[in-house]
Amino acid sequence: MQDTPILSMESISMEFPGVKALSNVTFKVRQGAIHAICGENGAGKSTLMKVLSGVHPHGSYSGDITFQSSPCHFRSLRDSERRGIVIIHQELALIPFLSIAENIFLGNEQARAGVIDWSKVQQRAGGLMRRVGLNEHPMTRIVDIGVGKQQLVEIAKALAKRVELLILDEPTAALNDEDSAHLLGLVQQLRDQGVTCVIISHKLSEIIGIADSITVLRDGEVVETLHAADGPITEERLIKDMVGRELSSRFPDHVSNAGEEAFRLADWTVYHPIDTERKVVDGANLVVRGGEVVGLAGLMGSGRTEMAMSVFGRSYGTKISGQLYLGGKPAETKRVSDAVAQGIAYVSEDRKRYGLNLIQSVRENMTVAALRNLAKGGVIEAAAEAAAAERLRRELTVKTPSVEAPVLKLSGGNQQKVSLAKWVYTDPDVLILDEPTRGIDVGAKFEIYTIINRLAQQGKAVIVISSELPELIGICDRIYTISEGRITGDVARADATQEHLMKLMTIETKDQV
Amino acid sequence: MASIKESLSGKLRQYGIIGALVVVVVIFEIMTNGRLLLPDNVASLIGQNAYVLILSIGMVMVIIAGHIDLSVGSQVAFIGGVLGWAMYHWRWPWPAAVALALAIGLAVGAWHGFWVAYVRIPAFIVTLAGMLVFRGLAIVIAGFTMAGFPGGFVKISSGSLPHFLGYAGDFDGVTMMIGVVGVAGMVFAQMRSRATQVKHGIAPEPMAVAVIRLAVISGLALFLTSLLARSSGGTPILLVIVGGLILIYSFVLNRTVFGRHVYAIGGNLNAAILSGINTARTNFVIFLHMGILCAIAAVAVVSRAGAATAVAGANYELDAIAACFIGGTAVTGGIGRVSGAMVGALIMGVLNMGLSICGVPSAWQQVVKGLVLLAAVAFDLVSKRRSKVA
Repeated sequence: MQDTPILSMESISMEFPGVKALSNVTFKVRQGAIHAICGENGAGKSTLMKVLSGVHPHGSYSGDITFQSSPCHFRSLRDSERRGIVIIHQELALIPFLSIAENIFLGNEQARAGVIDWSKVQQRAGGLMRRVGLNEHPMTRIVDIGVGKQQLVEIAKALAKRVELLILDEPTAALNDEDSAHLLGLVQQLRDQGVTCVIISHKLSEIIGIADSITVLRDGEVVETLHAADGPITEERLIKDMVGRELSSRFPDHVSNAGEEAFRLADWTVYHPIDTERKVVDGANLVVRGGEVVGLAGLMGSGRTEMAMSVFGRSYGTKISGQLYLGGKPAETKRVSDAVAQGIAYVSEDRKRYGLNLIQSVRENMTVAALRNLAKGGVIEAAAEAAAAERLRRELTVKTPSVEAPVLKLSGGNQQKVSLAKWVYTDPDVLILDEPTRGIDVGAKFEIYTIINRLAQQGKAVIVISSELPELIGICDRIYTISEGRITGDVARADATQEHLMKLMTIETKDQV
Repeated sequence: MASIKESLSGKLRQYGIIGALVVVVVIFEIMTNGRLLLPDNVASLIGQNAYVLILSIGMVMVIIAGHIDLSVGSQVAFIGGVLGWAMYHWRWPWPAAVALALAIGLAVGAWHGFWVAYVRIPAFIVTLAGMLVFRGLAIVIAGFTMAGFPGGFVKISSGSLPHFLGYAGDFDGVTMMIGVVGVAGMVFAQMRSRATQVKHGIAPEPMAVAVIRLAVISGLALFLTSLLARSSGGTPILLVIVGGLILIYSFVLNRTVFGRHVYAIGGNLNAAILSGINTARTNFVIFLHMGILCAIAAVAVVSRAGAATAVAGANYELDAIAACFIGGTAVTGGIGRVSGAMVGALIMGVLNMGLSICGVPSAWQQVVKGLVLLAAVAFDLVSKRRSKVA
């Protein structure tokens, strides 16, 4: 265990405005090992890998990186790739309408004087594809092969660059069991050939199976690094490390106020919009009563957002089946406007892409979903609109110089409040809040929790989707857990512990079939 | 004081364009030895550029929503051809022919709107196809130029409002009245919206800023009025039509649900969809409006030329698109105003006329216009980048 590490990151710290993303992280990887990193969403895993690969350039962080015994000052991905460090992201970076061979040599073209040498391309691509066990013709287009094989193309691409250290970010998140097994086998095979691998994964059993070492990150700090050689690593220990945080009074007092059933999903199933054979939500059943705050706990990619958006006017997915009940009666929401008209509101997790029109004013954003209430014969009543926006600004304590200021100028927390105000103004019966406190500071979080409480007190059914477990335990009456598209638990607040929830969230349901 | 400065700099871009118009006018006024602002030249400036002004009103809406329309020149030629055919071959009375033109405009708009909104083909492609299709149809209909239209029809572009208020010196009373009433109305509307803001506890812009702004705009408007009042015709009927359209469409974009949806779609399409906006219908209606405005432009063009010809409207789409971009409409959609596009169109118009009076060959006029367009958009992007850094 004492041999010199191939990679050594010492005392890495990095700050984003208002957030300490990494604090004094020391991370060492042995030559020829598989080293896994795990942690909750936002624990700093991806940031650490971006520091390593030069996406966050030298100078934007503090600390030292040493690779193969020489110091690194990467300014871009190209710099790190030149040294043999290759990162494969969860969203694959392949060009869909180019062939496998062309993708393998993308940015690394096999050419003489700028002219592609096709026979060399095919020959070398063939060799690399055999090495990763990809049995396709090199000229097949990327769109024509499945995600699992695309993942293999990414690895072949890394091998073409003479990779020394391969970083895989959630490599099996989108794969089925067979493809996952093949990929993990390949990673082990590469290790035996001397390629060092770093794997980021949520699937604990999977990484325990193949990793030589596991580092757990939490809130930007290393909790501990475990080595398989020192004795077996258990899931319980990892979970405890990942969530081991104290609940403090970061949450307003909440009294349960559950009334009649407001929202129910029965056997709700949704397929992926492109990969139409893949179930993203699988036979989900859940009930929310008026006045109740219900959590939906799941890791990224578990199907939680997809479930919410498929209910909200079929904004996601295909072949949606199952039945939605609103106030106990069967309901249809084929379009977003139907969903809004029937009292459903969905506040997106990505406020910049799906929630707000950043270049418009606070007022225009707040009223856009219920503009018809403010209009007579299609003409907006300017005075009524101004009054409504001003009232919402006060009620939700949005800090802005004026409701006429563009949303662009507001802080993240205040943007989130505008996003919330927009839907509060539609006066919904059911509010679905997707990651309502992502990327905002503690003070703004408390204010958002207070607003959620108030909405519940008014008798509205509130569904909060979050991967922050303390948050859910702090504000919800009940918490559903979701893993790989299936509801895996329905936990009352009194019984909810982070360990218990994390266990339910990481159940690999597909293995049990 | 800080708030005044902030408020001014925020509006600077918006009013910078008016400043640019003033600068261009002053330069040509000097270069032409005072001939640019001769009353009759001002009147013909409006007549010459009516088509750009009208088309830009629709184009600004199209661009705000994140689309583009390459077909407006061909539409003008095609609709103008139908208009001419109705009067020349069928001997229809001109009001009936104009009504037919408007109906055809609506149909053409529906055609484009259908493909863009419901089949979801990018507007660039749909209107590129439209550009070919309608130019072709225009040649079919008006390959043989039709001329000799009723006097009433020709008056649309050459006529002026009657001078029933007589003259004060050489100033036409009707023109002066329209100018003064218009300015007073604008001041009143501004003050009223200010009062509404105060009533609802919203801090309005500083009084000093509002006063300076109103004073500058009113001054320019009254100056223009005084020039027109001394022109041989007084207030051109075309100006009344264009002015009416500007008022209507400013209202539509600023004060109606439809207008707000146009901005929402262009600003963030995903957010608009997830807000329950019927984006398909909104897009369809945008192209209906564009079609109607093309028909109105066709009426103006055919009336002014006194003839319907297949080559009418060449490059009009480029003039209208350029006017929008010079007038501060964002290339990426979501931002733009009718008033900005109008000022942009006038800058192009003044350039045309000034360069012509100076005797610059038309080839070089194109070069100058191209560079002005590039400079305007570059200024827009650079100033936006700077404000992001700040």
